[in-house]
Amino acid sequence: MSATASRPSIIINGVRKTFTLNHAFSLKDTVVSWVRRRKLTSTFEALKGVDLVIGEGESVAILGMNGSGKSTLLKLISGVMEPDAGEVLTRGRVAGLIEVGAGFHPELSGRENVFLNAAILGMKKHEIEALYDEIVAFSEIEEFIDQEVKHYSSGMFLRLAFAVAIHVHLDVLLMDEILSVADVPFREKCRRKFEELIAQGKTLIVVSHDMEMVRELCTRGVVISKGEVIYDGELEGAIALVDA
Amino acid sequence: MTTNDQFALVSRTEFDIPGRSHGLIDVVRWRYLLRLLVRTGVTTRYRNSVLGWAWSYVRPAAQFLVFWIVLGIFMNLDRVPNYAVYLFSGIVVINLFSEGFKNATTSIVGNAPLVRKVFLPRQLFAVSAVLVSFVHFLPQVALLLFVCLLMGWAAHISVLSILAVLAGMAIVMVFSLGLGLFFGAVNVRFRDAENIVELMLLLATWASPVLYAWTMVETAIVEKLGWPHWIVELYLLNPITQGVELFHYAFWRPASQEIVNSAGYAGDALTAIPPDLAVNTLWTALIAIGTLLIGQFVFRRLEGKFAQDL
Repeated sequence: MSATASRPSIIINGVRKTFTLNHAFSLKDTVVSWVRRRKLTSTFEALKGVDLVIGEGESVAILGMNGSGKSTLLKLISGVMEPDAGEVLTRGRVAGLIEVGAGFHPELSGRENVFLNAAILGMKKHEIEALYDEIVAFSEIEEFIDQEVKHYSSGMFLRLAFAVAIHVHLDVLLMDEILSVADVPFREKCRRKFEELIAQGKTLIVVSHDMEMVRELCTRGVVISKGEVIYDGELEGAIALVDA
Repeated sequence: MTTNDQFALVSRTEFDIPGRSHGLIDVVRWRYLLRLLVRTGVTTRYRNSVLGWAWSYVRPAAQFLVFWIVLGIFMNLDRVPNYAVYLFSGIVVINLFSEGFKNATTSIVGNAPLVRKVFLPRQLFAVSAVLVSFVHFLPQVALLLFVCLLMGWAAHISVLSILAVLAGMAIVMVFSLGLGLFFGAVNVRFRDAENIVELMLLLATWASPVLYAWTMVETAIVEKLGWPHWIVELYLLNPITQGVELFHYAFWRPASQEIVNSAGYAGDALTAIPPDLAVNTLWTALIAIGTLLIGQFVFRRLEGKFAQDL
């Protein structure tokens, strides 16, 4: 694999993830299904042994159908979940734009939420203070910044949340279908920001169904189907495989 | 498997394993976020309510009035001298414990969107829940202190009283954090935990000498039932009981001196200080720390499954 010629930034080695789905939730359910000899649980293999090495400074698109295991893979890289087998190793600070705005508190003002969310993403106080003006400028909602976030429109909410996330100091950026709500000018702005990050040698992993966006940002494509990597290489090949 | 051979050559020291937690050490590292979480918890608690912070006084006041009227007046428990202060100094401790424990238990499920999507030390939620309950406990203590000062409390205190207050608060908070971590982790998979906690809190008020004096327990166990005395000692080793007794020692006892000493006082003498109050402080502190370690251990074992179980 020529792609791993540079220093690896993320190593995914034989990673498996199995979810156990409980069908019985209470004692009563358990007894009933035991009497009827029904299975109490079933398992779902989200990832069946994935090997992947992503080099520093690469921008990789992970493509695949819904339910193929893309998001699970991102969650394993970000540390929200742990693999059942195999290992995930990362170098440097990993920041996920997996769920923008998950840490927003509706009762707090935009300003307070910037600090709260940036702290949730692992930033220190002085770092946030230094970047605060830049974050607000990026979001373009200065005039509403002292309002409670619950009064924001979903677009404004997204802008602020995204502005915070994109300014976190990071070495690896994970993105999972997040820009779908934003309007065209803001998307364009974000794309430029991503290109800036790529130019700085940051590692980018994008999960998206937006092929235009992917084409502009990524050079390498990985296709996952039913928990296995079925393609890893040139982006166009990956897109052709998924679109077919 | 050429890729696997490649991994063997990579030095592990440069890499992090995502999702690996360091337990409560993480809380220190993430103290800025902890501060923001506590501030958010405190400021948003009474948002959109007209009385706002006054609710922090209304609830314990109502609790206090019910107990005082029913137990003190109807049932004659007020043979404990200065029963109102006795009652209140116990109630504040129970409130600190209940609120911290209950909020810590629900803190993981309550922050489900974050736990599911962003990696951060999840203990932070439990720790901030306990700290928020501490902030709400302060105005109650201020009220207690005010009443005690009016009763000539200041003339009868010593350094030991101050130490007793600090020790009592520390023991109760560590204990509630330990229990909160344990039940909070279990609660993710089995929501029964919340109900068990409710039940435990219901019992906690009665299992400690808040409404009655510990000497009544001793009399009942030793004289009435004829059971061995070590049961009383066991009863006194409850960290909550210890917290309540330390508060009695620090607030109620000095505040009641004037009343008992005054000429013409016909009621009972001050209830005796429980034996080994000082040594028990040490023991119950160890029990509380042990609970914290167990809670922390269980929490870390279950933590890896939080995101998928929520």
